[in-house]
Amino acid sequence: MITELEKYRNTDFSKVTHWYKAAPVGSFPENGGACIKYKDLQVAVFNFSRRKEWYACQNLCPHKMQMILSRGMIGSEGEEPKVACPFHKKTFSLKSGKNMNGDGCDIATYPVKIQDGFVFVGFEA
Amino acid sequence: MTGFKFCEKLRSAEGGQNFHLTVFGEEPLPAYDRVHLSSYIAGTTAEELLMAPRTWYQENQIDLRTNELIVSIDRKKKTVKGHTGVEVPYDILILATGSGAFVPSVEGVEKKGVFVYRTLEDLDAIVSYAKNVKSAAVMGGGLLGLEAAKSVLDLGLEAHVVEFAPRLMPRQLDEAASAVLQKKLEDLGIHIHLNKNTRRINGNGKLTGLEFMDDTSLPVDMLVISAGIKPRDELAVSSGLEKAPRGGFVVNEYMQTSDESIYAIGEAASCNNSVYGLIAPCYEMATQVVNQLTGQAVRPFKGFDMSTKLKLIGIDVASFGDPFATGKEAKSIVYEDSVKGLYKRINITPDGKNLLGGILVGDASSYNMLWQMVQNSLPVPSVPESLILNIGKASEHQGAGIENLPADAQICSCENITKGAICKAIEEGGLTQLSEIKSCTKAGTGCGGCMPMISDLLKYQLNAMGKQVRNVLCEHFGYSRQELLDIIKVKEIKSYEVLLDEFGKGDGCEVCKPAVASILASVWNELITKQDTIQDTNDRFLANIQRGGTYSVVPRIPGGEITPEKLIVIGEVARKYGLYTKITGGQRIDLFGARVDQLPDIWEELINAGFESGHAYGKSLRTVKSCVGTTWCRFGVQDAVSFAIQVEERYRGLRSPHKLKGAVSGCIRECAEAQSKDFGIIATEKGWNLYVCGNGGSKPQHAQLLATDLDSATCLRYIDRFLMFYIRTAEPLNRTATWLNKMEGGIDYLRDVVVNDSLNIGAELENEMTRMIETYACEWKEVVNNPELRARFRHFVNVEENDPTMAFQEMRGQKIPASWG
Repeated sequence: MITELEKYRNTDFSKVTHWYKAAPVGSFPENGGACIKYKDLQVAVFNFSRRKEWYACQNLCPHKMQMILSRGMIGSEGEEPKVACPFHKKTFSLKSGKNMNGDGCDIATYPVKIQDGFVFVGFEA
Repeated sequence: MTGFKFCEKLRSAEGGQNFHLTVFGEEPLPAYDRVHLSSYIAGTTAEELLMAPRTWYQENQIDLRTNELIVSIDRKKKTVKGHTGVEVPYDILILATGSGAFVPSVEGVEKKGVFVYRTLEDLDAIVSYAKNVKSAAVMGGGLLGLEAAKSVLDLGLEAHVVEFAPRLMPRQLDEAASAVLQKKLEDLGIHIHLNKNTRRINGNGKLTGLEFMDDTSLPVDMLVISAGIKPRDELAVSSGLEKAPRGGFVVNEYMQTSDESIYAIGEAASCNNSVYGLIAPCYEMATQVVNQLTGQAVRPFKGFDMSTKLKLIGIDVASFGDPFATGKEAKSIVYEDSVKGLYKRINITPDGKNLLGGILVGDASSYNMLWQMVQNSLPVPSVPESLILNIGKASEHQGAGIENLPADAQICSCENITKGAICKAIEEGGLTQLSEIKSCTKAGTGCGGCMPMISDLLKYQLNAMGKQVRNVLCEHFGYSRQELLDIIKVKEIKSYEVLLDEFGKGDGCEVCKPAVASILASVWNELITKQDTIQDTNDRFLANIQRGGTYSVVPRIPGGEITPEKLIVIGEVARKYGLYTKITGGQRIDLFGARVDQLPDIWEELINAGFESGHAYGKSLRTVKSCVGTTWCRFGVQDAVSFAIQVEERYRGLRSPHKLKGAVSGCIRECAEAQSKDFGIIATEKGWNLYVCGNGGSKPQHAQLLATDLDSATCLRYIDRFLMFYIRTAEPLNRTATWLNKMEGGIDYLRDVVVNDSLNIGAELENEMTRMIETYACEWKEVVNNPELRARFRHFVNVEENDPTMAFQEMRGQKIPASWG
C-alpha cells in the first residue's frame, strides 16, 4: 500500500500540463465531496459552496490507508479550509494538504477549475 | 529497551506498518526494563520486567529472534549473520545493541565471586552466589553502583561501595551533596569508601578482598562491578563502521552511521563523542529514526539534557540543568540541613533572572518545577530562595506553578510528551485517572519520574474544566448544545447553513456539523438525507463504515424476534451480495462488506421483505433487547417480548446526543441485562420497574432505579419524558450515564423531573415525543424510492467502476477485508 501512497504528488497550479475534465458541477454535493478516477489515481473533489471554492486532494487517507477522504466532512479551522477523514477524524488542509493534527503524513492536493459547467482537475501528467 | 521503543514507535507511526521487522536479541528474553533492574532482586519477576510479552511481537508482525547474536554485517550484500550461521537480508539496519558493563583492567577480575551488574543473568548469578557469603563490595559509586549497592543490601549482605572519585555520583553531585547522601547511606548500613583506586583483587581462585593503591585493603566475599557502561560496538570493527575513540558506533545528528543504510541508537551510539546512558535521550534517538523512515519531520539530535531524579534506597536525589555552575556565570544558593539530611542547591544567573541548574538530596519534590524552569527559561521569583525553602506557599505564587508552564513545556522527557498534549488528552478523552493518562499518552511510562507532575497536571486540568463556565461546541459556535437546541427551536431553524450564518462563524467543522445535524433531527425529525453533507459518513450513507471502506447493514429486528421467513431473506441477501454475517450484541444480524453502490439494492430487497432501517449507523435508538418472557419461559411474570417490540417501535429512529439502548426482562432473573442499558425495564408481579442511565462499553455503569411497579402506559410516559429531557440537556456524545453523572442532584433530581414533574415540563416533553413518533419515517425506504438520492451511492462520479483498491480475504468460510501492508 506504500506504493499506492507514492502515486499522489502535490500538484502546483503552475505545473499543470493536463486539465482533466472530470464531471459536471452537479455531480458534487454542495459543501461536500465526491471521488473521481483519473488513470490509476483516486481524487476527492470538494464543492465548498459556502466559500465559493473548489478543492481536490488524494482520496487516500494516509493514516490507515483508506480510500475515503471524498466522504469526509469539510469545514474550516480559522481561515484554513479542511477535510476530516470519516474514519478517525484526522484533518487535512484542503489548500496545502498539511495534516492539521500535528502528527503524521500530509496529503497531496490538486488544482481545480470550473469551465462550462464542468469540473476540471489539474495533473502534471 | 531502545530497540523495543523503536519497534513500538515504528508500528504506531503512520506508514510504519509497512515495514517488515526482524529483531535479533542476544539474550534469551525479549527486551526488558533495565532501569528497574534492581527491583528484580527485590522480587519483581522477569515477566513483569518485560517491555512487552512475546505475543506483542506477534500481534505487531515482528519477527523476534532471541538467543541469536549477530556476529557479522555484510554491508555489500546487505545481510547480517547470526552466531548460528543464519543470514538475513536488510534494507535498513538499526543497531540498538546497547551496552555492557565496563570492567576496569584490575588484576584479578577473573576471580570467582566477581560479577557485573547488567543483565538478568548477571543478577541470577549474583543472587545465587550471595547465598553462601556475608559481605559484598560494589565497585562504582555512581548512579548504577548505588543501585547495585541497594541490591546487595536487599540480599542481606554487608554492603560496601568503592568509588575512585572523591565523591558519590560525581557526574550529578557536588561534594557537599555527596556528603549528605553518604551520611544517609551510612545510616542505612552501607559502608562508603571514596578516593579508592583498586590495585588488585585478592584471593586464591575465589576472591577474598580488595587491595587499593593507598595500601589499604578491604576484605569482602564478593565484588559487583558497576563502574560504567561500554557500548556494544564489536560489530564496528568487523564491518568497517566508524567507531568512537571512547566506544560506540559513530553517528551523525540523524543517528546515521558511516553507512547510510545503517543507524545506531541508544547506548550503542556515539553522537558528538558522547554516549547517552539515560533513557530519555535513547528514546529520542529511536523517535528520530522512526520519523526518518516514515517520512515525518525530523529534528537533528543536538545532545540531550541529562537531568535526572531518582530514589536511591528511599533517598531522593536529583540533579538538573548545570548542577555545578559557578564563578562568573552563576550565583548559587545552598540550603543544607544535616539533621534532616537535606541538601538543596540552585544556580542562577548573576542578574538573578534565570535558573541554570541545581542539586537536590533528601527531598526532590520540587525537582519537576525547577527542571521546567530551566527547560523553559521561566523567570525566577524575586525571592529565589523561596524555590528551595518552604516559605509559606511562595513558590506557588511566584511563577513556578504548573499553570504557568507553557503548553509546549515537556513533561515526560522519556516519551517527549508536552503539557499541552496531556491537557488535551485529559479534556478530550474525559480522563480522570493517572493510569488513563499513561495508557492514552504514554506519558510516565518510561522512567516514571514525571508522575507527580502529571498528577498535578491532572488536578489542575480537571479543576480548570470544572470551573469552565461556558461549554461551547467548537470554534464555530459560541454556544453549548443545549443553548443551540433552544435557539433552533425558538427561531425555527431547520438547516445547518442558516444556523451557521445567523449564530455561528467560519465554515463549520467535523465537530459542529454532526452535533447540529443531531439537534435538527431531534427537534424537527426531518429525514437526515436532506442535509447529507453535515452528517458523519455513517449517517450520510445510512450504514456503518468498516475497515477497507465497505459498509455494514443492520435491519431492525424489534425485540430480537424474527420469523423464519425473514431469517431466510437475510440469509439470501447476504449470499447474493457476498456479505459477512454476524449476530450483534443487540439481538440482530449485521451484514458486513457491502460496497457503497450496493447499499440501495440491498435495502430494496430488505424493505420489500418487510424490513426497515435499524439505525445502527446513527446516534439514535439501537435496540430494545428482550428475554423470552411469559410467552415461553416458566419463570416469566410479564410478556417481555411484546413490550420490548412496542418500546422499540415507539422510539425507532429517534435521534439523540449519543446512541440509545434499551432492554426488557420478563422477571427478576434479568436475562435481557436491562440494568446495563440507557433504559431498562424489569418485570415485577405488579408491572414494571424502570431503570435508567446504565451502559456497557469501556466504563460500564449499572442503571439506577427510577420508579417501581409501573403499568405499561406509565412506564412509556416516564421513558418519553426521560429521553426527551436527555435529548434537550445532554452535551454531544454523552451517553445517559455520563449525563447523569454530571447532573447536580443525580438520580434524585432526575426522578423529581421525570416522575414528580418538578419543572412542570412533563406534558411538554411528552408532546415532543408524540410528534417524534408520529413523524417517523424509514430513511432507507425514502432512499430506495428516490432515484436522485440513490444516485449518491457510488464510489466514483465520473466512471462506472468500483473502488479497485478494495480487497478481501477469507476467514472461517466468510470474507473479511484484506489486511494492508
